[in-house]
Amino acid sequence: MSRHTISVLVANKPGVLARISGMFSRRGFNIDSLAVGRTDDPEVSRMTIVVDQAASPEQVVKQLNKLIHVLKIVEHEPGSAVERELLLVKVRAEPAIRFQVIELADVYEAKIVDVTQDTLTIQATGSPPKISSLLELLAPYGIKELARTGCIALGRGNRAISERQVRAVRPA
Amino acid sequence: MKVTGAQALIKSLEREGVEVVFGLPGGAILPAYDPIRDSSIRHILVRHEQGAGHAAEGYAWATGRVGVCMVTSGPGATNLVTALCDAHMDSVPLVAITGQVPSAAIGTDAFQEADTTGITMPVTKHNELVLDPARIPAAIAEAFHIARTGRPGPVLVDVPKDVLQASTEWSWPDAVDLPGYRPTVRPNAKRVREAAALLRAARRPVLYVGGGVIKADAAGPLRELAELAQAPVTTTLMARGAFPDDHPLALGMPGMHGGYAAVAALQEADLLVALGARFDDRVTGKLDAFAPKARIVHADIDPAEIGKNRVPDVPIVGDVRQIAQALVAAYREAVATDGPGDTAGWLRATAQWKQRFPFRYQQQPGGPLKPQLVVERLSHLTGGDAVVVAGVGQHQMYAAQFFRFNRPRSWINSGGLGTMGFAVPAAMGAKVARPEELVVAIDGDGCFQMTAQELATCTVERIPIKVFILNNAHLGMVRQWQELFYDERYSEVELGWNVPDYVKLAEAYGCVGLRCDRAEDVDATIGKALAVESVPAVVDFRVDSHEGVFPMIPAGRANDEIILGPDFSPEEQAAATRREVKGQ
Repeated sequence: MSRHTISVLVANKPGVLARISGMFSRRGFNIDSLAVGRTDDPEVSRMTIVVDQAASPEQVVKQLNKLIHVLKIVEHEPGSAVERELLLVKVRAEPAIRFQVIELADVYEAKIVDVTQDTLTIQATGSPPKISSLLELLAPYGIKELARTGCIALGRGNRAISERQVRAVRPA
Repeated sequence: MKVTGAQALIKSLEREGVEVVFGLPGGAILPAYDPIRDSSIRHILVRHEQGAGHAAEGYAWATGRVGVCMVTSGPGATNLVTALCDAHMDSVPLVAITGQVPSAAIGTDAFQEADTTGITMPVTKHNELVLDPARIPAAIAEAFHIARTGRPGPVLVDVPKDVLQASTEWSWPDAVDLPGYRPTVRPNAKRVREAAALLRAARRPVLYVGGGVIKADAAGPLRELAELAQAPVTTTLMARGAFPDDHPLALGMPGMHGGYAAVAALQEADLLVALGARFDDRVTGKLDAFAPKARIVHADIDPAEIGKNRVPDVPIVGDVRQIAQALVAAYREAVATDGPGDTAGWLRATAQWKQRFPFRYQQQPGGPLKPQLVVERLSHLTGGDAVVVAGVGQHQMYAAQFFRFNRPRSWINSGGLGTMGFAVPAAMGAKVARPEELVVAIDGDGCFQMTAQELATCTVERIPIKVFILNNAHLGMVRQWQELFYDERYSEVELGWNVPDYVKLAEAYGCVGLRCDRAEDVDATIGKALAVESVPAVVDFRVDSHEGVFPMIPAGRANDEIILGPDFSPEEQAAATRREVKGQ
């Protein structure tokens, strides 16, 4: 199923996440994942929002643009961005089968970050489909719990989303 | 200069040129009510915070300026929510100031605490909790800038009590710095040329005009465009008055209770030029059956409206006044290169529809008073020279149908949200804004009882509005739907004639109270009401509770299924349904 990945620069103000998530819920747009973090400018945060196919990406972008604290939006064309997600997953792995799980993790260039008698905790990064396929393969062993960060994305090539030129408007 | 946060707040309002604030004090906003005593700003003490909000809306509708209201935290703010939502839906420029509990108490469920910015986030264009007294002037300047520019709307500024009390250095910002807010004002010239070419080539064009035309003060260029292109004009509920009803190109109101000619013209059109309109469900009916033969030019200040409901052939984002002016120029150029347009046959058809299928009602001699007659006589007796304010329901539709609006800003109502109780406080705000003009609230008995307390404000503050209650003793519109769609199983719609006694109620509020229940007394009663000076006049027009609003397009149905109503014959209905044009 195709999804739309949107990067949004927002003013790092209290409540900005509520403004954005509230807009999505009241307009009926489903968020597949949402990841937020600061940028190199402490006053600007960057959100990566993945919305499902049902939402018109044009309406999503236009409605986001109406929020005063939204500074810049880029909708990534499929394949035009590097998309990555981090996964932590705790898998059942009794000694007898532990090496099978470790091998699987190796194939996915994932790391074992915690080990107990009967579990392994694996850290994996990659595109969301890669993470999902790793999880599918791990499922038969028994997943005890997992956490995904949600997708973050940067457009490919040398161009960057920069905050719009700060240009003050004189009050009327 | 050292000032308190409260002084900074009031000074900021003064700097924004605020003349009047509608409000009601309480604990958290108390500090702001001290400096307002010494201010040039007129404060009008309402009796309920919702009234403050609607009054500020009425002020804004009547002037185009930003309406201002100020209330306290908690219940004060929550009582304002309906008015904020109303303003948000109808793009009314508003600045609301709310007190908040002291900043240290925020989040502790303190007395009269409510998460005002959280609650109002979805119903404001923007809002802000100000935690630094030095930030107050900039917050106010930004609030006014956001409220009045782009697509106008309500902005709320929430200020904790300790921030109002704290001392700060007064400093007025010389510029508003909002990097995330840059409304597109100037239209794209190529799009305008494309639109003008379509308009010139169209044989059955309709200018579909919405409230944005009034907000952008675009009535002048709109008229020029309509006359130049010889294109008929339909004005939505939000746009009544944007184009003169007396103009030969006027088709009046479209939509669920719009006129037949307007609805039929939209359905038959080969081109719609939507100006500051948003393809609302009350206009389109069933969306995929709306204007099926038409190409669409959609011009609006809000890019998010374009393509939201109907994908246009030519989108134009910008200020509608500038767009209309640009269209006039581009249309002239198109005519110069490609020859004149031809809409003569189309205008014959629309004129015929207007004449054959007007808004119609029958006042029987000696029979119950028809509500339409009251509106029609008011329109006639005032020559249309009044500001008409309505609530929501049958009376609103009668007012929109039967009053002849010929000027922008002569019609004020709750369009998008459909807020019962809007009329009395909004009329109060409009009268404050335009004290020399006649302001008449045409209200329903259900609506009136929701905000009638503001009559006290009107009397005490000497705001002599007129309130014409079209009293049908029912929640009339709901009754009508139960009659038509629920087999006349009337459920909880009867309000009764006698409780309250509207005349006594008016008198109790210090107003003049009048009553009229016969057609032959309507003119004299209107005359008496209009002659009242200095205090409000309230008239209890007891009207036929069986009267329905027609034409009607049932909710969710196609515009093609328009029902003319009981005052038309089956033959007329059949002719209307096939959109007959005689002699063609």
